Parts: sequence; structure tokens; C-alpha cells
Amino acid sequence: MKLDRTAGLTLGLTFGIPLTLALLNQTTDVSAALHVPTYVIALAGKYLCFAMLALAVDLVWGFAGILSLGHAAFFALGGYAMGMYLMRQIGSRGVYGNAMLPDFMVFLGWKELPWYWHGFEWFPFAMFMALLVPGLLAMGFGWLAFRSRVTGVYLSIITQALTYALLLAFFRNDMGFGGNNGMTDFKDILGFPVQADGTRSALLVISAAFLCAQYLVARSIVRSRFGKVLIAVRDTESRTRFLGYRPEAYKLVVWTLSAVMAGIGGALYVPQVGIINPSEFAPANSIEAVIWVAVGGRGTLTGAILGAVIVNFGKTWFTGALPNLWLYALGALFIFVTLFLPNGVMGLFAARAKKPAPELEAAE
Amino acid sequence: MAFNEPTFSRRGLARLGAAAATIAALGAVKSAAAQGTSGTIKVGILHSLSGTMAISETTLRDVMLMLIEQQNAKGGLLGKKLEAVVVDPASNWPLFAEKARQLISVDKCAATFGCWTSVSRKSVLPVFEELNSILFYPVQYEGQECSRNVFYTGAAPNQQAIPAVDYLWNESKVKRWVLAGTDYVYPRTTNQILEAYLISKGVAKEDILTNYTPFGHSDWQNIVAEIKKFGSAGKKTAVVSTINGDANVPFYKELGNQGIKATDIPVVAFSVGEEELAGIDTKPLVGHLAAWNYFQSEDNADNKKFIAAWKAFTKNPKRTTNDPMEAHVIGFNMWVKAVEAAGTTASDAVIDALIGTAVPNLTGGYSAMMPNHHITKPVLIGEIQADGQFNTVSRTAGLVVAQEWSPYVADTKDLIGDWRSPLKCGAFNVKTGACTAGKKA
Amino acid sequence: MRRFFAILLLAALALAPGPSKADQADDAFAALASTSFDSVRGGVEQLSASGHPRAAAVIGALQSGKLYFRPDRALFIKQDDGGYLHALTAAAIADPGTVKPVRVNNGIRNAIDAALGAMRLFSPDTATRLTAAEAVFHAAEAGALPALNKAIAKESDPSVRLRMEQARAAAILSSADSGEADRIQAVSVLRTRADIDARGFLASLSGQPPAVADAIAVAITAIDRKAQLWSVAQSVYYGLSLGSVLLLAAAGLAITFGVMGVINMAHGEMVMIGAYTTFAVQQFMRAHTPGMYGASLLFAVPLAFMVSGTVGIVIERTLIRWLYGRPLETLLATWGLSLVLQQGVRTIFGANNKDVDTPSWMSGATQLGGLTLTWNRMYIILFSAIVLAALMAALRYTSLGLRMRAVTQNRRMAAAMGIRTPWIDALTFGLGSGVAGMAGVALSQIDNVSPNLGQSYIIDSFMVVVFGGVGNLWGTTLGALTLGITNKFLEPVAGAVMAKIVVLVLLILFIQRRPRGMFPLKGRAAES
Repeated sequence: MKLDRTAGLTLGLTFGIPLTLALLNQTTDVSAALHVPTYVIALAGKYLCFAMLALAVDLVWGFAGILSLGHAAFFALGGYAMGMYLMRQIGSRGVYGNAMLPDFMVFLGWKELPWYWHGFEWFPFAMFMALLVPGLLAMGFGWLAFRSRVTGVYLSIITQALTYALLLAFFRNDMGFGGNNGMTDFKDILGFPVQADGTRSALLVISAAFLCAQYLVARSIVRSRFGKVLIAVRDTESRTRFLGYRPEAYKLVVWTLSAVMAGIGGALYVPQVGIINPSEFAPANSIEAVIWVAVGGRGTLTGAILGAVIVNFGKTWFTGALPNLWLYALGALFIFVTLFLPNGVMGLFAARAKKPAPELEAAE
Repeated sequence: MAFNEPTFSRRGLARLGAAAATIAALGAVKSAAAQGTSGTIKVGILHSLSGTMAISETTLRDVMLMLIEQQNAKGGLLGKKLEAVVVDPASNWPLFAEKARQLISVDKCAATFGCWTSVSRKSVLPVFEELNSILFYPVQYEGQECSRNVFYTGAAPNQQAIPAVDYLWNESKVKRWVLAGTDYVYPRTTNQILEAYLISKGVAKEDILTNYTPFGHSDWQNIVAEIKKFGSAGKKTAVVSTINGDANVPFYKELGNQGIKATDIPVVAFSVGEEELAGIDTKPLVGHLAAWNYFQSEDNADNKKFIAAWKAFTKNPKRTTNDPMEAHVIGFNMWVKAVEAAGTTASDAVIDALIGTAVPNLTGGYSAMMPNHHITKPVLIGEIQADGQFNTVSRTAGLVVAQEWSPYVADTKDLIGDWRSPLKCGAFNVKTGACTAGKKA
Repeated sequence: MRRFFAILLLAALALAPGPSKADQADDAFAALASTSFDSVRGGVEQLSASGHPRAAAVIGALQSGKLYFRPDRALFIKQDDGGYLHALTAAAIADPGTVKPVRVNNGIRNAIDAALGAMRLFSPDTATRLTAAEAVFHAAEAGALPALNKAIAKESDPSVRLRMEQARAAAILSSADSGEADRIQAVSVLRTRADIDARGFLASLSGQPPAVADAIAVAITAIDRKAQLWSVAQSVYYGLSLGSVLLLAAAGLAITFGVMGVINMAHGEMVMIGAYTTFAVQQFMRAHTPGMYGASLLFAVPLAFMVSGTVGIVIERTLIRWLYGRPLETLLATWGLSLVLQQGVRTIFGANNKDVDTPSWMSGATQLGGLTLTWNRMYIILFSAIVLAALMAALRYTSLGLRMRAVTQNRRMAAAMGIRTPWIDALTFGLGSGVAGMAGVALSQIDNVSPNLGQSYIIDSFMVVVFGGVGNLWGTTLGALTLGITNKFLEPVAGAVMAKIVVLVLLILFIQRRPRGMFPLKGRAAES
């Protein structure tokens, strides 16, 4: 596959920076000038996982015109699958020393593990579920929605209803997913302690690798014939249909893929932040993911990654530096970007670009 | 709408570089400001200033700022000034963990005061344990936890719930109980403990009604009607409410409107304090109860001084005080005393010195830090008055020691926490002699 | 038991010569001057039994928290002007020295209610007699029988008499020496009362003769069956009330989102601004025009409309107008705006909840057959109906409404006809925001007034508009009511959380069947 300069830079930076950070964290001494503290490693890992979510949103919103206000649901489901694995890994090291049941189940007086928890102690199974559950949910939901031609705001609102329903469901303690507290206090992943600097650095590099892979997959999709039909669907769905394509099939495929990508992000997110709970389903999170894409530049893939990192870096920085004013700063950033950077941060560069991108030719 | 994939141009890259440099420069200024004064001891304040929990937590940030200011006016600590580091975890649980890590490893805070709700504490707990720092948690909670790095200055269930039930049982001869709560861990555990306790007192199962609602539930019409119906079985009925902050206002409004008076069906709440009442029209609520370890109406010199200082600090003569604020006052004073005793702010020394530290509380006595990292407290039952204050109708004779592991939960009834040498264990099973969790070498 | 003794004492004293009665009153006054709840409670009971001329005034003062005592056990009543009266002699006292209020708990409140009820049965005011009869019913004490008999004989108002007879029935059933026939008669009186209080009282009786116990069991079953029948109607009412709240929250959105197509994520904040306007109006009126305080909400409604409407117009002129034709960008910008507005309110008013009073005419409930209708919810149903009607009339019959419809249907044609479309856009957005502000006034009566108020309604509002069909006010109305009623019928079966989940899932499935909501727009506009 031939890479243009944007793709090359994106891949290089997305993989290079985290790798450098991880190496500096691992190889230098704490007192060294170039030492990267673990705090930064944890943050960078979190940003990359958010970037995966943003990439997933951009794939459906930027190229298929499906504005999902519920994508964080797929992210959270992937996270829960990983959380369940990590929970089972605690084994008898929990507070109650129960080898079978996670602490919160002992706590609520559960006697045996619910059926849907079985198998999650096995890493490959848990990871398979992290892909399968978001994928299946997206497929079922998409099949219903696209088949009946639910589009535009109607689709956006029912995706929001979906994530809101899941939020309420996971809040219920009777569901067996830890209720409001969710899952936390993880011990180790594949035998490595999750708290250790080495594990954190490794997770960061793995996240970067996955993000790059997802970027490549997304990029090859949107540049393929399939992608061109998608863009046609985005721009005028009915005309595409008259030309003999079946937009719902195209949408369903990309929608499901996007959900799986978000699920991977979620699965990598959980060991790095150390907690998964229902607030990840909050509709506000999904809206934020859309905003990352918009800030970076919709329909550019690179922009999604950039947007997720910029907004979340802003959030980290503002909440520490300006605890009383950060919402003003963040709100103003969103307003500023929409008014003055309609194509996001990437639009800044596009204006200077010498030649139009291949996608543009395809779209026209 | 056509969106195009742009390519980076060199000039664009230069711009990006300039922007990044500006941000980095700003960041450098900030961190220089944060670390510039080496002669200070930093105290982290980890309370949400935005999002759903800001309603409760903003006050705690303010009270911490006041305490630090007062301490500095007294000459600081160990000859150094204290410096508050305020961050906003924005009611977002992963952000709590991130901010905790920042406070400990970037800002190098000696101790952190913060969190409200168990989920925020559970989120930061691994961080405090990993980086071996100190957290003071000021809110009543469900117990079942005993970390070496956390000091629980709020009430455990036996320091709040059980005395309240006893009061209703003895005073109002209540025989039928509604346990209404928000669906999360604190109400679930508290109700589980209360149910076991009531049954042990001979209450029949059908005389207990348990009801859970989601966070921020705002339409209480049929639940209140159900309570009313449950109360019409001819036995004196009371509601034990573990309903979380936000949902209380609509709940009490509905109670008032459906004409449930405190004299008919009293409601005793564990999460409604002066601060919450300041946001409600209290006239229809007169006589409903709350159980806490502190009320603003406590009549003693320490409390009066504190209230006066608080009103002056906030420049608001109507500002109320409440129980979690008192918990922070106790926790902060204990920390100051322990640091002075240890002569250092190093975590291990302070953690050891904290156990056994006793400081005056605001209810006219002393509270002591026990080996289980919980403090001793008096339990007060108050009735709501028309002015939004509580009228204390009952108080325990002495101080109550926290039971961090509930004796009413089968799996924890044999556990104790004791962080003194030589035991040093958060969950020691007295039957088997094994330390199941929280052992620190 | 204590109360029973007090009653025996009353009976005994009624026969005893005068002086001991006076002694008893002195004892009672001494008992009131205490910090012990038991002593105060005994004092109230003794005092009411003593028939002392100052008894009603003193117990009334205790009820309203105006009774004070001195360490030497002298009692004083605090006046509204800050002065004191001697409780026994009613003589004004300039400076009583250090006094403490007599504190009251629920047990004492019960005793006060019973005592005042018995004393006020003969009040010249009908409403007072009615509440007195109700208080005596709740106290259900045999000692009240003579007074009740006398009061019933004198009573001319049929509804008060009915209450008194019910109170007498309760007293008869509580008395140790009533005959069986009287008891059965009393049970049937309470059976016709048939409300939850009557059921509770009947169920609490024990130790009745077998025939009476049978009658009680039958009566309870009858009351329960009746309640069962009414419960459907009650659920409809709950649903209507929830639906009207949803409708109010969504009505403004139906304009800005439904008619103009602007995805306004700051809609909830317009509601919040309305609620804070209510708070500000109440604060202002409390300070400056306390006489008109009861009408504060009537002033708040137009003011909230204007404040939120103005904010809306400002937002439209500065922000939204640059984003027409880019609906998703408006989502982004208005989301940012909502963050700013929330934090702004937090900075100005503080993060805490604000106390918005419910005026007395909106408090409490009324009974209609077996239905309990709470006044605040009744007014909100009414208010939402008025708002909806006014909104429809404005769109249909005013020239502004005509122009609004023209612009939303065909912007270029409308412009060609000489309509200043930008100005109409601003006014339409202002109208939607203003309606949201009015919703805030209503919500301040049932929910928290906090910076997060808007957030909790925004999702529901969008669902209602989409469910009903974008661009159709009738659809929004029907959507809100359907969601409200479905929710309230599911709640008793599934619990509050599951009910909400089920409603959401049903909504998702419904949209699959009707991808454009219940009332889809027809024609060209529907495609865009």
C-alpha cells in the first residue's frame, strides 16, 4: 500500500511518540532530565484509546454520514469485557478471598458466578467477546435501523437512546456488572501486574500499534471501491440507491466494523485507567467523541486522532491549571472551532495543501 | 457536504509546531508556578467542581481552603507554609484516578483530601496504594473496606444507620419499615445490614419494603403512593432513606404534597444534611429525621467558632455547615497533629503516627483515629426544623467505634482491620488467622 | 399508655372540684418548661385536659415554635415583633431574661395535634373545624367522644359533620367501653370513608369482639378493592403529569429543533435559566414585596420567558446564524455553549441547589373519589396545556407565526416575499428558548434548581420530539403523553429503572417501524 505524506506522518507520530515515551520511561532513571514519568505514560495511553473511539466515529460519521451519539456504548462494552477478564484474574486476592466470585458479588450476597461470566478468566475468550459483543449489538441495531431507513437525527437520537438504556441497565446492581461502582482494583493482566511501569509502557505501545492498525484498516476501506460507495451514500443516499447499490448493506458493514474498533479501544482503555463503570455509557461521552472528531476535522481519519488528543490534553491541562474556569475554556474551544475552523484543525492544513486528496477526487 | 482529506503542508506543520510550543510554554509557566516554592508543604484537594457531584463537593473544597489558610495563619506546619493544590475531577471517575496520580506524582502532595461517593474512592484507591500516599475520605459510606492509605473520617454504617433505626424503634414504636434508596453500593449495603438487623429484632419479612431508584430520579409519584399504601397496614411505619443527594428534593416535595407528615410516616435520611436542606423549602418537612455525626445546630464553643469562621471565609452569613465538612476538619487536624508528631510528611511515618491521634470534634468531644483507619464518632438523630436546621432529638451516650467490616454480612463477620504493628492488615480473619487483603510488607 | 392516663385524669378531674384543676394547669405549665421531650408531651396532654383558658394559646405557640422558657420554669410566648408575653397571664414582658425555646419532636407534635383538634372543634371557622375533626380522627382517642358528640349536634356544615362522625367512629372503636353494635356501626362509617387513612386505622385495631373483627376484615377488603379500581385512574394521572413535564421540557425544543432544525444541546440550559429566574424573582419579592410573595410564580413565568428568550436571541445572532445548513456543527457549538452556561450559573449562584418555594396554593393534594391529585402537578398539567395552546395559536394566528412558518417551509420564497428571514430566525429561536424558560419555572416546583437541571431533561426532550415526529407540535404532545403514561404503567410492574429501560427499547423499536416518528412531515421537507 502506498502511503502519502499525511498517512506517513500520522503513522509515524502515532507510533513514534508513544514508543519514545515508553522507552524513555523504561530506560532512563527517575532523576534523569529526559525521564518520562509514569503519569505521562498513563495519560498518553488513555488518549490513544480515546483516539480509537474517535477514529471509529469518524469512519461512520465522516464517510458514511451516520452521526452516532451512542458510540461510547461500544467502547464501554469492550471495556467491560476486559474488565471482566481482569476481575477474574484477581482470583482469591480480593478482599474476601473468594477465588470464584468478584468482590462486589460476594458483597451483595451472590452465591455463584452468573452464566455470562464464565469463560472470561480465559484471555483469548475475553478479547473475542470484546470484539463480538459490540459487533453483534451494532449489527443487530444497524440491521434494524438501516433496513427501515432510519436516518439523520432520528438515527442519532436512537443511538443515544441505546447508550442511555445501557447506562441505566449497567447501573443496576442486579445485572451483575458491579452497578455504579463498576469494576476496579485490578491486579494483573496476562500475569503482569497492571500497576507496574513496565506493563503500563507495554500497554501504551500496544495501544499505539492497535491505533495504527485501525488507522490503516480505516484508510484502506475509505480509499477502496467500497469506500467510494460509502461516500456516495453519505452525500446522497437516495441517488446511490437509484444507481442500484444497497446503501443499508454498506452502512451495516462499516457500522459494525466501527463498533468493533471502538470495542478494542475500550478493552485497552480499562487496564490503563484502572476502572470501568457505567458512566462510560453516559450520552455526554458519546457526544464528546463526536466533538473530538469535529475539532480534528471530520472525514479525515488523521483529524480524529488529532482531535481526540488535543481535546483530552486540553481537559487534563485545564482541570489541573484552571479548575474553576476550565469549562469556559473547553466550551469556548468548541465554539471557536465550529465558527472559525469548520473543517477542524485539519482544515488549517487543507487550505495550504498543494493538491486535493484522492478521496476528494473520488467524492466529486 | 464534502469533506476532503488534507495533506500536511510544510507551512501548516510550522504552524502546528508554533501552537505546540505555545502550549508547552504555558504549561511550563504553570508547572514552574506549582513547583517554584520549595519551602511549602502541598495538600491536594480532589473534589469535583463541575458535573453532578459539584453540588456537594464544592463546599468541601472551600472548607479545605479555609483550614489551610487558618493553619498558615498559625504559622504553617513544620515551619513551612501549606499550599493547597486544587484540581477538578469533574465528577468523572477515571478522571479522579488521573488527577490523584497528578496530585501525588507531579505536584508531590503530602496528603490529599477528597472524593465523595464510593465509586470515586474506589477509582483512586489503587493509585494511592501504588504510590503510597494518604487520602482522607470525609463522607459516610458502606464500609467493607480498610486500606492502609485511606483514612475514613465519615461514618461507617454502624455509626449512622443502626442508631437511627434504634431511635425509631424505641421512640416512635415503628414496626414496619420502608428501605428506600438509590441503586448503588452504599444503599444496597446499608439496607442489607439494616434488613439483617431488623429481622434479628423480630421484624417480619413482609413488614420490610425495599425500593431502589436510579440516580437523579425525579418522578416519585407512585413510589410515594406505594409508601403511603404500605403505611396503611395498621402498624406504625417509617422510611429509612438512603436516597442520594439530587433525588431528595423531588422526593421530599412529593412527600409533602401527598400529605405524608412526619407524625404519620417519619422519614429518616442518611444523605440529607443542612447543605441539601438549604435547597429545599423545609416547611412541609418539619419532623422528618436525619442521622449524622454532626449538626450545625450543635451548641458548643468550638462549633460556634467554626461556623463564624466559615461564614466569614465564604462572606455569606447564610452559609450552612454539614457533617462531611466536620469530617474534613477532624481529618485535617489529625493530619496536622500526626505530621507534627512524626516530624515529617513522609507517608509511612504519618500513617503510623495518625493511629491513636485524637482531636476535638465539633460536637463537644474528641474523635480518635482507630487502628482500622476509621474515627470514633457520636451519633446524632435530628429532626428537620422549619429553618432548615436540625433539632437533635437523640444522641448516643458515648462515641461509637466504626465497624469497617460488617458483622451482618456473612463473608465479613470475622474480619477486622488493624494497621498497627505487628498485625498491619486491612482484613484479618480472626477465625482463620489469615490476612485476606491489604497486607503491606 | 401515658396518653390513656391523661385521659383518665381528665375524666377524673372533670368530676373533681375546681381548685385541683388549677393545680393541674400549674403542673402542666411546669412540665412544659423542660428540655425533656417526655415532660413536654405530658404537659401538653395535661394542659389540654385542664381546660385552662390559656391552654389553646400556649399549645398554639408551642406548635409554631414560639413558646420559650426560663430556667425558673416560667413560660413566655414570643411575639412577631420580638417582644414576649407571659404565657399564663398574657401580660407583655419587656425583657424576660435568658430564655430558651421549648423544643418539640414528633411525639409532641402528635399530642399537640390531638389537643388542638379537640379544642378547635367549636371554632367559628368552617375550615378550622374541618382540620380539627381530621386531627381528632387521626388521634382516635376515646376521651374526645363527649366533645365530638357535642360538636356533631351543633354542626351545620354537612362535610364537617361527616368528618366529625368519622372521628367519632374512630373514637368509639378505640374506646374500651363501646358496645358491639356501636362498633359495627362505626366500622361501616369508616368503610364509607374508604381512604388510605381509614384503612390504616381499621387495620391497626386489635382486641375487638369477633363480630366487629369480621366487619373490619370485610371493610378492609372492600376498601382495598376500591383502591384497586382507582389505581388505574391514578396511574393515568401520574402518567399525564409526567407527560406534561416532558411536554413542557420538549415544547421549546419542538420549535428550535423541530421547526428550525437546529440541534440545540443548550436547550436544557434555557430551562435551567428559567428556573434560576424563578429563584431570583422569589428572592427579590421576598425582600421587596413580601405581600405579593404568593403570586411570585405568576411574575416568574413571563420574566423567565423574556430572560430565556433574550438569551436565545443573543445565541442565535452571535452563534447559530453562522451555522445554518450545518446542523451537526450547531450540535458541537451549542454543546460548548451549554458547558459555558452551566459553569456561568455555577459561578454566579454557586454550585448548591437553590431553594425555590412552592406557594401554598400549589401545595398539598385533593381527593377526587379514590384519586389523589397533587396540586403542583395539577397546575403543571394545566400550565403545559396553556403553553401548548398559546404556542399553537401564536404559530397559527399571528403574523409572526405566519412568517415563521413561511420561513421554515421555504426560506428563499419567503425572502422573496419581503420577509426579513434573519430576523424571523432570531425570533423563532427566541420563542423556543422562551418556552424552555417557562418550563424551567414549572420544573423549579418539582425538581432541583441546580446547574445540572437542564442536563437531566435534554435527552428525554430530544426523544419526545423525535418520537412524536420532528416539526409537529401535536406529535410532540402525543409523544410526551405516551412516554409518560407508558412509563407510569410499567413502573409498578418493573420498577423505576427497568421501566425506563423498557421505554427506551420500545422507543428504539418504534422508530424502526416509523422512521419519521408518529407524525412524519410529508413532502419535500421530509427528505432533507
